[in-house]
Amino acid sequence: MIQNDMSRRRLLGLGLGIGAAASLTLAGCGGGDSTSGPAAGNGGKEYTGPKVDLKLWNGFTGGDGDIFKALVNQFNTEHKNIAVSVATYQWEDYYNKLPGAASSGNGPDIAVMHMDQLATFAARGVITELDDVAKNLELSEGDFAPTVWKGGIYNNKRYGIPLDMHPLGFYYNKSVMQKAGLDPNKPPTTKDEYTSALVELKKAGVQGFWVSPFQFTGGMTFYSLLNQWGATLFDAEVAKATFNSDPAIEACTWLVDMIKQGYSPANVGQDADYLSFKSGKNAFTWNGIWQINDLKKSPEVQWGVAPLPQIGSKPAAWANSHNFTIVKQRANDANKVSGAKVFINWLSQHSLDWAKGGQIPARKEVREGAEFKALPEISSLAPELEYAAFPPAAPGLGEVMTTFYNSFNEAALGKKTPKQALDDGVAKANRQLEDNRKKYGS
Amino acid sequence: MADVIEVGAARGDAPPPAANAARRRGASARRTGRATPYLFLAPYLVLFGVFGLLPIILGLWLSVHQWDFQLPNRPFVGLDNYKQLFSSDSAVYGDWWQSIRATAIFTVLSVPLLVVVPLGLALLLNRSFPGRTFFRAVYFAPYVLGVAVIGLLWRFLLDANLGLVNRLLGVVGLPSDTPWVTNMPWAWISLVGVTVWWTSGFNAVIYLAGLQDISPELYEAARMDGASAWQRFRNVTLPGLRPVLLFVITTTVLASANMFGQSFLITQGTPGTETRTVVWFIVEEGLRNNNAGRAAAMSIVFALLLAVVSIANFRLFRYKED
Repeated sequence: MIQNDMSRRRLLGLGLGIGAAASLTLAGCGGGDSTSGPAAGNGGKEYTGPKVDLKLWNGFTGGDGDIFKALVNQFNTEHKNIAVSVATYQWEDYYNKLPGAASSGNGPDIAVMHMDQLATFAARGVITELDDVAKNLELSEGDFAPTVWKGGIYNNKRYGIPLDMHPLGFYYNKSVMQKAGLDPNKPPTTKDEYTSALVELKKAGVQGFWVSPFQFTGGMTFYSLLNQWGATLFDAEVAKATFNSDPAIEACTWLVDMIKQGYSPANVGQDADYLSFKSGKNAFTWNGIWQINDLKKSPEVQWGVAPLPQIGSKPAAWANSHNFTIVKQRANDANKVSGAKVFINWLSQHSLDWAKGGQIPARKEVREGAEFKALPEISSLAPELEYAAFPPAAPGLGEVMTTFYNSFNEAALGKKTPKQALDDGVAKANRQLEDNRKKYGS
Repeated sequence: MADVIEVGAARGDAPPPAANAARRRGASARRTGRATPYLFLAPYLVLFGVFGLLPIILGLWLSVHQWDFQLPNRPFVGLDNYKQLFSSDSAVYGDWWQSIRATAIFTVLSVPLLVVVPLGLALLLNRSFPGRTFFRAVYFAPYVLGVAVIGLLWRFLLDANLGLVNRLLGVVGLPSDTPWVTNMPWAWISLVGVTVWWTSGFNAVIYLAGLQDISPELYEAARMDGASAWQRFRNVTLPGLRPVLLFVITTTVLASANMFGQSFLITQGTPGTETRTVVWFIVEEGLRNNNAGRAAAMSIVFALLLAVVSIANFRLFRYKED
């Protein structure tokens, strides 16, 4: 389903795509540092060696791509001896293409990657460890949100340096709320407020919370709720799937009951939740932060965005993050490594501009600056960083996540009860996890 | 056989001078001629070897390994990949057979329509009436669109809550909440309907070419014998179209069995994974989940299944010819 979302998003111009991203690191392989560090660079602060050309690949096909390219152009102008060239692909093609390109020597030096892909690409030997880069750049957990910073680690080694994070946010249509007599400036924040708002909306003839059966966005809504109920998708070692625990079933039931109780129509199609929100048929949608820029293009829609309401016992929100990674090269080039570090460091410091593309910067100093706070919608989701539920780091997890989302699909479409759907999903996910253990030997 | 030998022997015994000379020329032509067909075949043979034979052999080899080209360790696993497809406690068993089921349902539903509807269209478009060229173009037009275009188009048109189709049904007083793309049996109806709309034009063009190959004299003769329109269709048109029919049925069965884009884009496999087809699942397993060995095993099993269907199809038509 992911692929579809890509083309859907592109087709609709929904904005930034799955997200955008990322941060910075680049360069080469670990081995290059010992020579390049002292000689040609000082921890990514400057590079004085001969001119290097660096290739960077990303998947920023939306408006975010232009912002990213503008940043790269600015970097190239300011650094005469480093030339970064950018190639952009659809994320799905990109993840299929990168391993082959890298192993044939045609890959990029720097690759932007979602956090949940890092473990797979690390286990498959496509990207290289970055502990030394983080050290040279003097980056540490204190500079980032802990959840984001820890997400770059697999097998106790760092493979990604985070640029941003993109969580799910709570979007509310102000005109629809007004129509139902609700205060459009006080979006619901608790379970009681949420359900009573839905009751008011229903009285006004509005099904206020369209629940999509697809990963975008119903599946991610369920992912958030499951965490709010205190459940987890997997155990701590990612050895067993646990998304059929009692709290997980309760969370799923609560969401599916939205349909049964008539707060959502049945059979919501892909994107229908969002299109109906924009056209005033739907009041609430839990959707990615990347929709902010798309909504800004529709001045006729009166909308607001806030952190997700807390329906379960604790706050939680689905989130992902773009990371910079360094692609393993056949030949080490210490100068490229140094140049790449400079680029990463520079872009990390300039991630405020990236925030304007609709992402929350991973770097704390940027996030806490006055300029970021002047971006009201995006900065309003920054508090979610504290309790964001990032996907766990395990190789081959993509297919297991597909199983999870398909289970929710069956429950939301009424093909199975929540318990049945999640039980079946867990049984299959456990077999997939076992296969992955054999394959990746973890 | 005996005749041939006798003739040859007779020639050898007493060749008349002229015939002898002719034979010598023929022999040399035959000698160089021996290479000629292979020379003509060579370009295709190279293409077939590189893009047909080699991948098949490679696929067989992959299918007995646990194969991820990015991992250094690609152990030989014997027939494990095949066994997993037939053992109910493997991770892929359920998905694999569900995808076979989905493909079978789609093929069984779509092929009869894709054989009959275009034939009807071709018969209509073969008559002479004003605007014939226009209608020929209109019916062929959807086929020139890519699957991405028709997929997204119909996904929005068929949306249960926001789509134009349900809206129009509501206007004329019919149920307006049919889940065309998210629930059964509607998802199959949509997929088959869209495919018929999309690809009928192609089969119709093939039929049209076949119809124009049937000699008008046959119809004239049938008419003189007092054959009705149905009898003319049954005894002139259909027999005349037999080779075309064989072609259309074979290619349509294979095309339907290879369906991927429509369910990928329109239903996205929903509900659950009920409309996920074999080809989609193989792509997912091989390219997204990086289990090329298992995907290769699936491809080979699926190819064998299709081969059986195609052979049965050819047998059926050859039998009729006899």
